[in-house]
Parts: sequence; structure tokens; C-alpha cells
Amino acid sequence: MSKKTDFLVGLFVLLGAVALMFMALRAGNLSSFSFEPTYTVSAKFDNVGALKARAAVKSNGVVVGRVKNIQFDNREFKAVVELSIETRYQFPLDSSASIMTAGLLGEQYIGLTPGAEESSLVNGSEIMFTQGAVVLEELISKFLFSSAEKEGSSGNGQ
Amino acid sequence: MIFNSISALGAFIINVISGLGVFSKFTWELFCKSGIALRRPRLVIDQVHFIGNHSLLIIAVSGLFVGFVLGLQGYNTLSMYGSEEALGLLVALSLVRELGPVVTALLFAGRAGTSITAEIGLMKAGEQLAAIDVMGISPLRRILAPRLWGGVIAMPVLGAIFSAVGIIGGWVVGVLMINVDAGSFWAQMQNGVDVFSDVGNGLIKSVVFGFAVMLIALFEGWYAKPTPEGVSRATTRTVVRSSLAVLGLDFLLTAVMF
Repeated sequence: MSKKTDFLVGLFVLLGAVALMFMALRAGNLSSFSFEPTYTVSAKFDNVGALKARAAVKSNGVVVGRVKNIQFDNREFKAVVELSIETRYQFPLDSSASIMTAGLLGEQYIGLTPGAEESSLVNGSEIMFTQGAVVLEELISKFLFSSAEKEGSSGNGQ
Repeated sequence: MIFNSISALGAFIINVISGLGVFSKFTWELFCKSGIALRRPRLVIDQVHFIGNHSLLIIAVSGLFVGFVLGLQGYNTLSMYGSEEALGLLVALSLVRELGPVVTALLFAGRAGTSITAEIGLMKAGEQLAAIDVMGISPLRRILAPRLWGGVIAMPVLGAIFSAVGIIGGWVVGVLMINVDAGSFWAQMQNGVDVFSDVGNGLIKSVVFGFAVMLIALFEGWYAKPTPEGVSRATTRTVVRSSLAVLGLDFLLTAVMF
């Protein structure tokens, strides 16, 4: 009787573990966690927008790494983003990083555009050429200001 | 007249506060006597079998149907905005974060909590607890602690099974019956569900609910009036109080976690 109970309880707990594994691997993103060796490079941005840690780092649309962390540099007043890039991907030293948005309202990621330098980025090096996030509100206000200016100047001309 | 109502209000508040005190003391004593769960795991295994295995069927069937309904309703709403592909994400997130732990805990209170309360209450009414006490064995240690830990182990397992079966139910309705694209169903789900912040927090919720339901069930049974009517009232109170506790705790946990 107690042997049977043991077996049934073991089966029950096993079933729960299988359910958890299913949720972690099939429904969750555990399978996208890569255990590849990585190297860390940093990049300074004027504005990171809504970029979050663990956001994707993509080159030509392929995920090559993840955002490790985001900090604020109080001397240069810039956002410092650390990227961990998988070791099997090597990028030229003069590659440029820009913060892009997936779709119009999608989540933000970092796009790496390879440069032409012979030597590659190594652990601890910094990406010099960066372009911050495009903030939709700024774009709209620019557009509104410019159209208001145009109207004003055409009004003066008449 | 006014004095009566004011003193009734005061008595009510005093009762609530002293009830809370008794409950906290009971919880503390139970924790102090929980060492037996490690020394004699067989007692706990028997309780996991009684509480967990016997609740498996109702949990799995409920999970399946909740998944079906989420699939249908989610599809109806999402198709208005032309984003049926997000169906997988909607089903998985609502199950893993909220419905899995909460509905499992409510069913758990109804299925396992009541039976524990009735069992303890009847043991008390039959003076079995007193007999055990006379024999020099602490009933808190021998009877109540294994039930608490059995429930606390069984609850997260049941919650995980509920969520997983519910996701499969959503898949059956969404992909097999309505023909949402299977690839984007899973891909959107995998993009949106985070292992630690969603699945992990859901698991933490289940553990907390397991503690709450089992403690309330044991408390009500332990302090039940040893009469048939007292046991029946205690059983009712178990369902009412543990359901309310689960819903209230869920609000608190959600506010802290997400």
C-alpha cells in the first residue's frame, strides 16, 4: 500500500515538473537563453528610450547578443549600455550601434551595423558610433513646429 | 439603542483582532512543530497523495476548459483588431500569471481545504485529538503539520499542471479548431512569457496560496465546535475565508510583482 502511494506521489510530482518544464521551454523563453560564451562591449547613447535589460542585440535582423545592463554616466551625461555579444560573432572595431524599434510600437532593440576596420571588438571595448532612440513625441513636436513656422512665414509674406 | 450598536461594533472589532492573534499564534506553533515533516517524510507523502493526487482530475479538467474558453474569447476579441496571432500570448500570460494560481487555489480550497477541516473537526468531535494528546503525542505535530506541508507541496504542482493543461486547451481551440497559425501562436507566446518574472512569480503565488488555504483549513478544523453543526460551520468558513484570502493575497502579490 505505502509502495503504491510512494509511486503515485512520485508520479504526481513528476507530472508537475513536466508541466513546469513545458511552461518554461514551450511557452516561456528559457529556450532562447543561450549559454554561449559572450564578450561585453559598451556603447554610450544620448537617449535609450524604452530599451530594457535583456533586450535583443541584432545585426541585420539576426540576434547576436543581449543587453546586459543600462546605466547613466554622470560625467558625460549619457546612457551607458553594456552589450553581451556571443563570442562566435566578431564585429569590426568601427561598427555602429543604433536603438531601433520593432514595428511602429513594438519593443526596442539594438541594431549593430558592421564597419570596415580590420581589428575586431573585444571584451571591454567601446562602440564609438551610436545613434539613440527615436522618440515619437520629439518627432511629432518637430513636425508641428516646422509646419507652424511655415505657416507663420507664409503669413508674413502675404 | 445607540449604545448597543456601538458596543456591538467594538465587540466585533475586538473579536476580529483577537481572532487574528489566535490565528498568528496557531501558525507560529505549527511552524515550530514542523520539524516532523523532515524527520518522518512518510506522513507528508501520504498527505500529498491524499491532497494532491486526488485533486488532480478536477484540476486538469478545469484547466482544460478554462484554456478552451480563453482560446475562444481571446480569439473573438483579438480578431477584431486583426491580431489573432497574439492568442497564444494572451492565453499563456493570463494562465501563468493569474488564472493558474488563483483558480487552482479556489478549487484547492473547495476540494482539499474542506476535507481537511472536516477531518480535523471530526477528530476533535470524536475526542481523538484529546486521546492523542493524553498519549503524550502532540496532535499539532503528528496530525496538523504533515497536512500543512503536504498541501504546501501539492498546491504549486497542481497550479503548474493547471496552467500547462490550460495552455494546451488554448492551443487545441486556437490552432486545431480555429486555425490560428501554429508557428506564430507559439512564437508570440515565447517572446512574451518570461521564465522568471512570469512562470516563476506564478509559482511563488501558488506556494503562498497553498500556505494560506492550508493554514485557514487547519485553523478552522482545530477551533471548530466539536458538534456536527460546529464542524459543518467550520467547513463553510474554510471555503469562504480561504477564497477571500486567496483573492486578497492575489491582489497584493500582483501589485508587488508586476
